[in-house]
Amino acid sequence: MTRNVFIVANNIVSPLGNTTEENFTQLTHGISGITKHYNAAFAPESFYASLFANGNDLITASDPQHTKFEQLLITSVEKALSWCTVNAADQKTALIISSTKGNVSLLETEQNNIALQKRISLPASAKLVADHFGFAADPITISNACISGIMALLTGMRLIRSGQYENAVVTGADVISKFVLSGFQSFQAISPQPCKPFDKNRSGISLGEGAGTVILSANPSSANDIKVMSGAISNDANHISAPSRTGKELSYAIKQSMDAAHLTATGIDFISAHGTATIYNDEMEAKAITLSNLQNVPVNSLKSYYGHTLGAAGLIESIISVQSLKENLFIPTLGFEETGVPDEINVPVKLLNGNFNNCLKIASGFGGCNAAMIFSKQ
Amino acid sequence: LSAGKYITASCHISNNSVYRNGVLLFSNAGADVSAFLHSVYTYFQINYSRFYKMDGLSKLGWLTSEILLQNLLQKDQYKPEDIGIVLSNTNASLDTDQKYLVSAKDIASPSIFVYTLPNIVTGEICIRNQFKGEGSFFLFEDFDPEFIKTYVSDLLDNDVLQACICGWIELLEDEYKAVLYLVEKKSNSESISFTTDNMLAIFENKSLIK
Repeated sequence: MTRNVFIVANNIVSPLGNTTEENFTQLTHGISGITKHYNAAFAPESFYASLFANGNDLITASDPQHTKFEQLLITSVEKALSWCTVNAADQKTALIISSTKGNVSLLETEQNNIALQKRISLPASAKLVADHFGFAADPITISNACISGIMALLTGMRLIRSGQYENAVVTGADVISKFVLSGFQSFQAISPQPCKPFDKNRSGISLGEGAGTVILSANPSSANDIKVMSGAISNDANHISAPSRTGKELSYAIKQSMDAAHLTATGIDFISAHGTATIYNDEMEAKAITLSNLQNVPVNSLKSYYGHTLGAAGLIESIISVQSLKENLFIPTLGFEETGVPDEINVPVKLLNGNFNNCLKIASGFGGCNAAMIFSKQ
Repeated sequence: LSAGKYITASCHISNNSVYRNGVLLFSNAGADVSAFLHSVYTYFQINYSRFYKMDGLSKLGWLTSEILLQNLLQKDQYKPEDIGIVLSNTNASLDTDQKYLVSAKDIASPSIFVYTLPNIVTGEICIRNQFKGEGSFFLFEDFDPEFIKTYVSDLLDNDVLQACICGWIELLEDEYKAVLYLVEKKSNSESISFTTDNMLAIFENKSLIK
């Protein structure tokens, strides 16, 4: 018999708030973290992004041992742990960390040498976070482009199902600096306005920073805990920076996830898409959703609230989806007005109330990777 | 119950030498990393123009996969979705991250930026071989054969995958090492059991225990 995996606590730390509840409330009011920024160290021109304000009391100079990236992870894990009885020091509690670029911004501000290279490595950050909480198990770190967060959740689910662990603290974060901004600008992928996922007038990504933490356990904390049912990953085998032309490979990951959860298209109540608001990503996702016969199911992208938070995105967006299941309240896609994808999908513009039991989370990233995951009520 | 799992091939590249299944196939002492990788490409008579676009980490990992799979994996035995790739290292894509930031002082280059993710090498191997199964990239302070063995065994036992290329691909400035294992559920005359001892022996180029 397959072991159940429950979400016993979670947290989002973002420019919209420092708890899941604060974040969810902001979203229900249509409030976005994306604003216009000017920072000469990042870019010569102003840009739209969802960034923590300078002097945010979560990220303080009083903790010089930890970088901003690590402080985000620590703050989010600390808040999530405070909501449950899971013990970090238990040998049966795993720590899984997801990030695309971690501390890479140190290359912009510090003298590069072997010591700095060691400091930048993700295992170094993982060890600092693990030591802060006294985790007994060695941390596991994942860096797999924009599907990192979902992959981290999937890894946590598997480690519990296989019986290796009873609990898994799954956390992810990324911070925005010149590195990431200039890179996406070089692809001409940054939107000159706050991003508009799936819209006819969409013109690219807005970036964002934040952290998300999900605590998984084989032991439910209450009858309201949401279950992680299944997940799957696929590769397009087509192009390293452009998504599949057909959406077939993402659709394969969706099918694998639905089959494993014993669900058909009619059983999915809503979809949390990747929805970066680039022309090609949104088209590919619409194709994959249609191929999976899910074109009538309400879809949202949360990128117009958070920006693309990279290694944290899969976690933050999953946490909002889990909250939507709990509150039976579906968040619409801010900025979406008129459909701009050839395969027509259902992108609501208003909050939806319903009786929601199962949701699908999807994501895709550079390297041709795709991920899907299903969350359900007990 | 878990079925048998076998390392049906391995490829180890370090110290300017290439080993397949523990046998030294090529060596080019004295060459720097970039010249060495190019000499491997030439020696094995590989013809693939994408190779020249790749960054160092992708070149290293891709070449290791090419030599690992040479004349071996009968791809028609598997569906594209049945073959996956589980990789690991310590420094992710730091080698190219450094080069990207230098380039970005003038004009940021999208062709360099795209390689500033460790899993791009997974994409390169998938494009070459039309593998469409699960790929994942883990970071560890040191090679962790116990984690990789357990994780890959779980993927095979649960039929997420039927075959998996897994191992370690690291490249930072002059330091590099790549060790890949092809793990399948079927044994052959050259295969060895998929155990951490065997993985370590191949990683350290020690004699193998059948």
